[in-house]
Amino acid sequence: MDLRRLRSSPPPHPPDQNAAAAVIIKMITIPYVTALTTYFSYGLLFAFGQLRDFFRKIFDWWSKSTLQGYAPICLGLEDFYIRRLYLRIQDCFNRPISSSPDAWFDVVERVSNDNNKTLLRTTKVNRCLNLGSYNYLGFAAADEYCTPRVIESLKKFSPSTCSTRVDGGTTTLHAELEECVASFLGKQAAVVFGMGYVTNSAILPVLMGKGSLIISDSLNHNSIVNGARGSGATVRVFQHNTPSHLEKVLREQIAEGQPRTHRPWKKIMVVVEGIYSMEGELCQLPEIVSICKKHKAYVYLDEAHSIGAVGKSGRGVCELLGVDTSDVDIMMGTFTKSFGSCGGYIAGSQELIQFLKYTCPAHLYATSISPPAAQQIISSIKVLLGEDGSSRGAQKLAKIRENSNFFRSELQKMGFEVLGDNDSPVMPIMLYNPAKIPAFSRECLKRNVAVVTVAFPATPLLLARARICISAAHSREDLVKALEVISTVGDLVGIKYFPAEPKKQQLEGDRVKLE
Amino acid sequence: MDTMLSAFGNMIKSFSDWVTIIFDAPSSRAIVLGVPIRGHLLVEGLLFVVILFLLSQKSYKPPKRPLTKKEVDELCDEWVPEPLIPAITEEMKYEPPVLESAAGPHTIINGKDVLNFTSANYLGLLGHEKLQDSCTKSLEKYGVGSCGPRGFYGTIDVHLDCEARIAKFLGTYDSILYSYGLSTLFSTIPAFCKKGDLVVVDEGVHWGIQNGLHLSRSTIVYFKHNDMKSLQSILENVTHDNKRAKKLRRYIIVEAVYQNSGQITPLDDIIRLKEKYRFRVILDESNSIGVLGSTGRGLTEHYKVPIEKVDIVTAAMGHALATEGGFCTGSARVIDHQRLSSSGYVFSASLPPYLASAAITAIDVLEENPNLITKLKANIATLRKGLSDVQGLELVSDPESPVVFLTLKKSAGSMKADLQVLDDIADNLLKEHSVFVATSKRSTVDKCKLPAGIRFYVSAAHTETDLEKACESLKKATALILAGQ
Ligand SMILES: Cc1ncc(COP(=O)(O)O)c(C=O)c1O
Repeated sequence: MDLRRLRSSPPPHPPDQNAAAAVIIKMITIPYVTALTTYFSYGLLFAFGQLRDFFRKIFDWWSKSTLQGYAPICLGLEDFYIRRLYLRIQDCFNRPISSSPDAWFDVVERVSNDNNKTLLRTTKVNRCLNLGSYNYLGFAAADEYCTPRVIESLKKFSPSTCSTRVDGGTTTLHAELEECVASFLGKQAAVVFGMGYVTNSAILPVLMGKGSLIISDSLNHNSIVNGARGSGATVRVFQHNTPSHLEKVLREQIAEGQPRTHRPWKKIMVVVEGIYSMEGELCQLPEIVSICKKHKAYVYLDEAHSIGAVGKSGRGVCELLGVDTSDVDIMMGTFTKSFGSCGGYIAGSQELIQFLKYTCPAHLYATSISPPAAQQIISSIKVLLGEDGSSRGAQKLAKIRENSNFFRSELQKMGFEVLGDNDSPVMPIMLYNPAKIPAFSRECLKRNVAVVTVAFPATPLLLARARICISAAHSREDLVKALEVISTVGDLVGIKYFPAEPKKQQLEGDRVKLE
Repeated sequence: MDTMLSAFGNMIKSFSDWVTIIFDAPSSRAIVLGVPIRGHLLVEGLLFVVILFLLSQKSYKPPKRPLTKKEVDELCDEWVPEPLIPAITEEMKYEPPVLESAAGPHTIINGKDVLNFTSANYLGLLGHEKLQDSCTKSLEKYGVGSCGPRGFYGTIDVHLDCEARIAKFLGTYDSILYSYGLSTLFSTIPAFCKKGDLVVVDEGVHWGIQNGLHLSRSTIVYFKHNDMKSLQSILENVTHDNKRAKKLRRYIIVEAVYQNSGQITPLDDIIRLKEKYRFRVILDESNSIGVLGSTGRGLTEHYKVPIEKVDIVTAAMGHALATEGGFCTGSARVIDHQRLSSSGYVFSASLPPYLASAAITAIDVLEENPNLITKLKANIATLRKGLSDVQGLELVSDPESPVVFLTLKKSAGSMKADLQVLDDIADNLLKEHSVFVATSKRSTVDKCKLPAGIRFYVSAAHTETDLEKACESLKKATALILAGQ
């Protein structure tokens, strides 16, 4: 039943070139009955949806189409999922908040007068424990060291430069930020952009093109998928976090060369993430790096969720897993998570960064990162490194690790099916059944705990889950409360798929009673 | 080989001998169940059996011999990848000037006060007191980042307020915020255009649109830059006699004010053509919101076209609104669809709340001060007048465009050579005259073929003397550089 073990073992049958293979392997681990009921639920939802669509069509036909020669702007099936499945539970997503996304935040109540089709904001708010935001180090809220400096930068540089980096959008702050990021990561140079998504999707097309090959983890983030697609390079997928399969694909591809012509590939890049945000897993980086080294492939590491969150001094998975950063050709990451800001970076050799600055469209055509946001990153890195003159950074790093490992082990003890590795602050709890998604989310919210539930399209249809993100800002009492609530709701919804471990105190309590 | 052949010959021979014996044998004339068995029947029977046997066999395939492990090892060893990046040339080492203060109409570079024309701060809202105030308040209340995508507690009330404010300002049903200007179009386009859909697009569009189109995998047809005749003939061509075209989603994609040339799209013509050929229009208003029209509502107001006629309007907010991010606005269908299907919206952290606050305030300020637009228009006119007779340079931008764009009258031969000359002029302007302007930059992945030029972003905050100085300086710098050619 251990997903991790199953997944990291070599695949029993020849790999598919798409994500389906990985999904199938994972699906095996779903209890048979659960899989069946999940399929049944989706089938029922689908059937009802189709029925309603059928009546809608008759109705539309009756009342004449208003399209007048245009094809419908949203295609039927594309739209079906939204109209018939998502709308029923849309109150579990996009919940507005009216405070900073700190350990506790204010969730705005919404009401619907038309069966959840539209939701209206009310003025009522609920103070909830935040288990959803990527606020790993607690920099999301106002901070004693960062905020005054951010406001200072706002005064000096205004919120924007209204210009691109190559024209007039490079301020002294931008230069400082790039130096700061490069030295934090132990790389020669770095370049920053105003959005993490754009970083991935604009860099890959510059580096890779026709005749080159991108080998991507099957569960890579959408920004990487789009970047790879936009590059025009051939894309192959290897089974999620499975080095042995990566090696197989690599060898196969090098031996075969390009499709049809069989010319050798110009270059091959392997793209992986540090922590997979929907799985909570750490990348098997040491193995992957050594395979890439052996086969002369370049390594692109996306540390969106791991930078700042793991490692002794917050330097990400490389530090945690003992990989030399000089073995990773392109280090990418975002500032939206641990640093509580916005934007993304690429760090690498001096030449790589020079080339990117010369030709990357996000550097040439996009507004440069907002100066106060840049200052927030600089300040938070300084706190992490202890350059603010306190030990808060080290405390934060120790706290997130302790919090994550405590929470994960407690959840597992309760019998939840928790994915991911130790030390990772992201922990998905499997729900599977579509009906359990809203049930879990709403029941937790009722008890003032805000969790994220994830379903298709962010995960495969069958593998709906709730996702907990732990923060250094959570206190032990917060976590204990969260565990109580999740346990109660877990019983209510029926998602404790494993038998619970007997609790120590309970045993002791029993003994006391016996005496 | 020979022995094999002879053995085969022997076999055939003995077989034919055997057949003759059978024919000659009396039994071949035997009568079985009243049917006389003749020799030919026997042969036919045998043939039949052989055919059956052959049919039951698999068809012939050359034996597939997978590469042995050793061979694959060798291939892997032999393979030599190209370097990750090409060799670094001198031009790649370019470092842009570093600003030591805010990017307002005047800024400080290398300790010197310079006149700044690189900032698309059209209304001069950068550093506006009200914007600064709202940002400060927002930073104190919400912190800097939103720490999550919109779906997962990254929706902050100011985002919703900002979306409503934009929709109210433009008179649309709703709008949707993106966290970065560049990502707006390359997320919006693939949300509505899919494989097989038909997109007719101007050849001068910026990279964001090009990338969006590439990601959408639609059928793309380019028309000549801002040429309505070319557009019409292409629309005629692609729809004429094409029954399938009716079933496809069809779009025209244009920019209101082209980033790459400063020209303005004739929206009235576009609407006429769109209605005639039944296309939808996606309009990028990045450089026209807050600029065109009497109250700054953009190109639709400029042409007095109701905004409902344009199906999808997008804009980056890093221009006139002096903040960051982008938005898309339109009907309920258009917006709601994007909230689940637009990749840059769903899979990215939301806009930092202080930038959304700044956008709300910027729109408020704009509505309260229509004189900002009047001032901007006057400034554009002044600058254009001064630049109309620069020797060797030609004004190609539209008279109303806030992007004043000059190209070389006589090309130096290639794009690269042109850019070199223009860069020299810009360099001279900054070093000798303390006037900071931008030249076109082209990424290697950008497919735009329009000529390179020098770009002035005019701001309402520029004074008359600023503009005069810019014109005089440009004349001197151009004369100096072109003379040295
Ligand atoms: C792996 C990965 N890469 C990139 C991004 C995009 O970053 P941003 O939110 O800054 O656009 C994310 C965010 O969710 C991510 O998880």
